[in-house]
Amino acid sequence: MADLADLIGQFNNVTYVVLMMIGFYAMTGKRNLVKKLVGMNIFQWSIILFVVSLSAKRDATIPIVLEGDGGGALPALEAAQYVNPLPQVLMLTAIVVGVAITGVALALLLRIYKRYGTLEEDQLLERIRLTG
Amino acid sequence: MSSNQSALPVIIVLTPLLISFVLPVLGWWRRAAVFPTALAALAVSFGASLAAAHRVSTHGPIRYYMGGWEPPWGIELHIDGLSALMLLLIGFVTVMVGVYSKRSVLREIPSREVPFYSVYLLLVGGLAGLVSTADMFNLYVFLEIVSLTSYALVSIGGGPAVVSAFRYVILGTVGAAFYLLSVAYLYSVTGTLNMADLATILPALYDSNAVLVGFAFFVIGMSIKMALFPMHAWLPGAYSNAPSAVSALIAGTTTKVAAYVLIRVMFFVFEPSFSIEQIPVTALLAWMGAIAMVLGSVMAIAQTNLKRMLAYSSVAQIGYIVLGVGLANTAGFTGSVLHLVNHAVMKGGLFLVAGAIVYQTGTRDIRQFARLSVTMPWTAAAFTTFAFAMIGIPPTGGFFSKLYLILGAIDAGQWVFVFVIVLSSVLALTYLMNVIRYMYFATPASPAPPADLRKPEPGQPLPASMLVPMLVTAVGIVLLGLFNGEIVARFIDPVIPASLVR
Repeated sequence: MADLADLIGQFNNVTYVVLMMIGFYAMTGKRNLVKKLVGMNIFQWSIILFVVSLSAKRDATIPIVLEGDGGGALPALEAAQYVNPLPQVLMLTAIVVGVAITGVALALLLRIYKRYGTLEEDQLLERIRLTG
Repeated sequence: MSSNQSALPVIIVLTPLLISFVLPVLGWWRRAAVFPTALAALAVSFGASLAAAHRVSTHGPIRYYMGGWEPPWGIELHIDGLSALMLLLIGFVTVMVGVYSKRSVLREIPSREVPFYSVYLLLVGGLAGLVSTADMFNLYVFLEIVSLTSYALVSIGGGPAVVSAFRYVILGTVGAAFYLLSVAYLYSVTGTLNMADLATILPALYDSNAVLVGFAFFVIGMSIKMALFPMHAWLPGAYSNAPSAVSALIAGTTTKVAAYVLIRVMFFVFEPSFSIEQIPVTALLAWMGAIAMVLGSVMAIAQTNLKRMLAYSSVAQIGYIVLGVGLANTAGFTGSVLHLVNHAVMKGGLFLVAGAIVYQTGTRDIRQFARLSVTMPWTAAAFTTFAFAMIGIPPTGGFFSKLYLILGAIDAGQWVFVFVIVLSSVLALTYLMNVIRYMYFATPASPAPPADLRKPEPGQPLPASMLVPMLVTAVGIVLLGLFNGEIVARFIDPVIPASLVR
């Protein structure tokens, strides 16, 4: 079991780093601003995926107590039986932040395109130099 | 626990935050009411900051548990001396820029004042929350509020400003994402997000790889956010293309709060010994700061556009702050915090001056500043005051923070940093004296070619609403120098971590 857990632990680490590097490549290597934005999104989501994966647990369930007798004392709880909900809640906030950033960035791209008629970085810099 | 509970932090943070959502509705109903309401909200927040600062200096740190949930479960707002100083700084800069912005916004971005002030207040709420929260994830959210509003404010200028804003979005998001990743790593080993709780749990885990990786991501993320030298690519464009009021606002606040977060987490969440001995981050930061100080100043000398010059000068000044952090002794820490405050005031003031010059003459080109000392004597005088502060001439604030930094470098036995501080000051003298020379001593060569900026009406004096904030800020930087001992004794000394080397 321990080997499997290790493998799973490494699997999420590897996945997020690979995704992050893909995003990083798109942000730095691509000359098109939309591709840069997509890269930025992949970069962000890789981290969100990673954090959500931190709370994953084998043979565990959602943190809602099912067996209670209504009035008396609650049954003793095993923390190991329940998934930690906090990382998911935090990432919900991070997703909202990410959506807001994407929205702002898309609005900026729209304005850039309306003004300069291009989203290719080389042409854009050329036109800025000509028109200011 | 002798807790000094007070609702002041909530008033400071929530007043601008809530009013910012009221403003669009108000603007739809009565446009003229928007500016007074925004200014009133800023004034209330600043007033509450003053009250909080007084309380902190007499009764010790203020804490407030949001929703009554006690830490480490709930989110805590915690104002100690350092936070109080930052809140005062934010309040002062935002009120000054707020008063100043009325006329300059009308000229530069007409008919957009409602969204401008709405976003402005959102930014102020984010800044205030950022420096008063004691929760790592809450800090991330405030960091992103600050970033998002800065992107919007920079882009409001249109044209090249939008392109600069997009570059800022990409780099700023990477910085914030790194911060989020570091919070995730720290949470994964400690299971807590509260700073005080982290500070008690972490020392046992300093050997953990997750903590090391988390700390490394944190330092890189914050370096991007505060535009430390090799990661400063977003800053010059964003500062120089933004509308004048926005340049002054973000130059005075956003990079400074990132530096604050660096200091807060390095010295208060982690123990100073961690970043000095465990991984040599402080030595690395000191060298990066030193490189930033020299190269930022050199690039500033090469500029002819005043706002671009000031932006590169900011890169250099961030170097001073980081160098102080990197020295990791009490004098360096004091100098770093003091320089953070001084630089925010003087660079904010310099951008106000730049905005006033653009407002009156329509040019940012330093070579066309001839006779400004005659046509705009007060503006030229304010510029000279700020320039003296940047160079570090007593009794302005810049002198004392640089003095502390030099003392820190001597204490650390690092003579090379003493040399770098002096060298960078001499370079600052070069580029600022160049501007002063054009202002006071140059004769206009040929009739100035019309600049590409909006042409102002000639013959009008500078509006008082722009002149007064500039002069108040100039007086402020002198007072910061005269009362530096008071500031250090009241706000900085009580918070210096005990384990920091002397």
